[in-house]
Amino acid sequence: MLSIDNLHAGCEGKTILQGINLDVKPGEVHAIMGPNGSGKSTLSTVIAGHEDYEVSQGSILFDGEDIAELSADERAHKGIFLSFQYPVEIPGITVTNFIKTAINQNRKAKGLEDMPANEMLKKIREKAALLEIDSRFLSRSLNEGFSGGEKKRNEIFQMAMLEPKLAILDETDSGLDIDALRIVANGVNKLKGSNNAIVVITHYQRLLDYIVPDFVHVLHEGKIVKSGTKELALALEEKGYDWIKQGA
Amino acid sequence: MDLQETLLSSYLAFDAQDGPQRTLQDERAAAIEVFEQQGFPTKKEEDWKYTSLRNLTKTNFSVFPKEDASLKLEDVKPYILQDVDTYKIVFVDGVYNAYLSETTHEGADICLLSAALTKKKYAAVVKKYFNTIAEKEESLTALNTAFTKEGAYIYVPEGKVVEKPVQIIHFSTAKNPKLLVQPRNLIVLEKNAEIQIVERHQSLSENATFTNVVTEVFTAQNAQLDYYKIQNDHTEASLIDSTYISQQKHSHAKVHTFSFGGKLTRNNLNFYHKDAEINSTMKGITLIEGTQFVDHHTLVHHAQPNSESHQDYKGIFAEKATGVFNGKIIVEKEAQKTNAFQQNNNILMDDKASINTKPQLEIFADDVKCSHGCTIGQLDEDALFYLQSRGIPKKEARGLLTYAFANNVLQSVQIDSVKKRINKLIANKLGVNIGFDV
Repeated sequence: MLSIDNLHAGCEGKTILQGINLDVKPGEVHAIMGPNGSGKSTLSTVIAGHEDYEVSQGSILFDGEDIAELSADERAHKGIFLSFQYPVEIPGITVTNFIKTAINQNRKAKGLEDMPANEMLKKIREKAALLEIDSRFLSRSLNEGFSGGEKKRNEIFQMAMLEPKLAILDETDSGLDIDALRIVANGVNKLKGSNNAIVVITHYQRLLDYIVPDFVHVLHEGKIVKSGTKELALALEEKGYDWIKQGA
Repeated sequence: MDLQETLLSSYLAFDAQDGPQRTLQDERAAAIEVFEQQGFPTKKEEDWKYTSLRNLTKTNFSVFPKEDASLKLEDVKPYILQDVDTYKIVFVDGVYNAYLSETTHEGADICLLSAALTKKKYAAVVKKYFNTIAEKEESLTALNTAFTKEGAYIYVPEGKVVEKPVQIIHFSTAKNPKLLVQPRNLIVLEKNAEIQIVERHQSLSENATFTNVVTEVFTAQNAQLDYYKIQNDHTEASLIDSTYISQQKHSHAKVHTFSFGGKLTRNNLNFYHKDAEINSTMKGITLIEGTQFVDHHTLVHHAQPNSESHQDYKGIFAEKATGVFNGKIIVEKEAQKTNAFQQNNNILMDDKASINTKPQLEIFADDVKCSHGCTIGQLDEDALFYLQSRGIPKKEARGLLTYAFANNVLQSVQIDSVKKRINKLIANKLGVNIGFDV
């Protein structure tokens, strides 16, 4: 599904990713771990298609197609979703209106009519329930004044609504208390299937207790320096990142 | 001959005509003198520093329509609110159009100034209010006074709540190019009276038009005014709107101004507090492009204690569009415990767009809360990426963010039909379908 080959990328003339190789197949959960500044968030931002980031070498294939030149919205239309580490606050537009617009723009890109209002409402209710979000929350301005946990729940709510093929969860566990973590992880697990894949980017192992990865990769100085199974995450938790850094 | 000379000679002809203007001879004579002495304001004057009328005053406008212009409802339907039952006072090239109008004398007088000027039963109201709050020494207001003949006349007696909104609409047609129209509106709300008004000026051709409108409003004790101005005219239409509102105790006057079009638009919006415990609200959205120009000059004169004023103006300027916001707040020494709030936020979409924004506070009382803030910025790039990453294309994302930026001004619109209309105008203007109804 996602095939990254020798990816070099960065912004403002600085190369941050120094040759990433990553292969994600449908049904898989990958975890990308690594110390601060290792390039984790850059990787997710580059895959999602931020304009300010440039690919200088290598390729990103999604379902066999090179997506390096596609805009962020075009990538979203192909089924790529990024759950932001810091979701942007947008006063003046409600969660409901935002998601309606997003759904209908995705449908438009596929040549479909707008989703009928009753169907939309039903879907919103169903997905909100999955994330234990109440209806008052949905009529608030997008992310404005939301707690850390509310923001992350809202991200996963959007993921549930958009049903992406590939979801990248960037530090979704940061700022979450244990209850919120459980709700969010539970939501993600319910959305997991044999046709979609999840890339979890995290600093800590604790999210991986809930969203169990098939593969764990360690990112250091813009390169994947070690890959393994979920036991690798446990080892990192125990030993920290230093032994990896020394090995690299 | 420049426009000032044309107008002065036209005045002699206008003055000699038989018509409703006859009853105002003294006021008009005094007013034309003010205009003659002062002429059109220039950029040398502080209040006109950023606004040039040069192009207008070089154009040979006429105050006399040459031809009768009749309109069919189909021609003007898009400009009239249809999905709500309203009273309508419609003018075409400055002349009242009975066919498109729906006036009343039941419970309240919602009719024509020309009728009020000539009929005896209105004489007392006209004498008491006409030209009493308008700034007599301001040259454009004086010019309007000198040529006063027609406009809307609204009188709401004590305790009357006018159930239907009133639409005041001025159309300009291709039959009378280069026409200067000068409507004069007089609106009087007695104690506990309430009314909603929607005003619009619309040119139906690409000809140059110039409107110099003056509105006087009087809100007696506890009266409620809810006034909407929709300014979305053609790119050759210029509008100078001077509105003067005189408020008594516990009255609340709200004015929303939506400026989406025209060549040059200048709004002089003035609130005068005549007592204590008064509330004034003025809000606006300006959304323009090309070389369009919109200027908001607001004034709130707090004269007595415990009053409030709220100002919230949002501006979005694309291409080479230019905006001006000047918000003047005067708090007299007696006006203790005044709460005056002013906010002006602007987004410049392109490098060549500009805004001149200036708060102007003159505070003589020592126990007041006055806050003001203005911002000028661009659309947030992180927010754009966030929206795009959800599958919303850049153009729509920009539209949605712009809509969100202006949205809190829309929230306070009380007439659903107006809210929908404005929402649609914003969407059209941004060239996007924002994907949901308000």
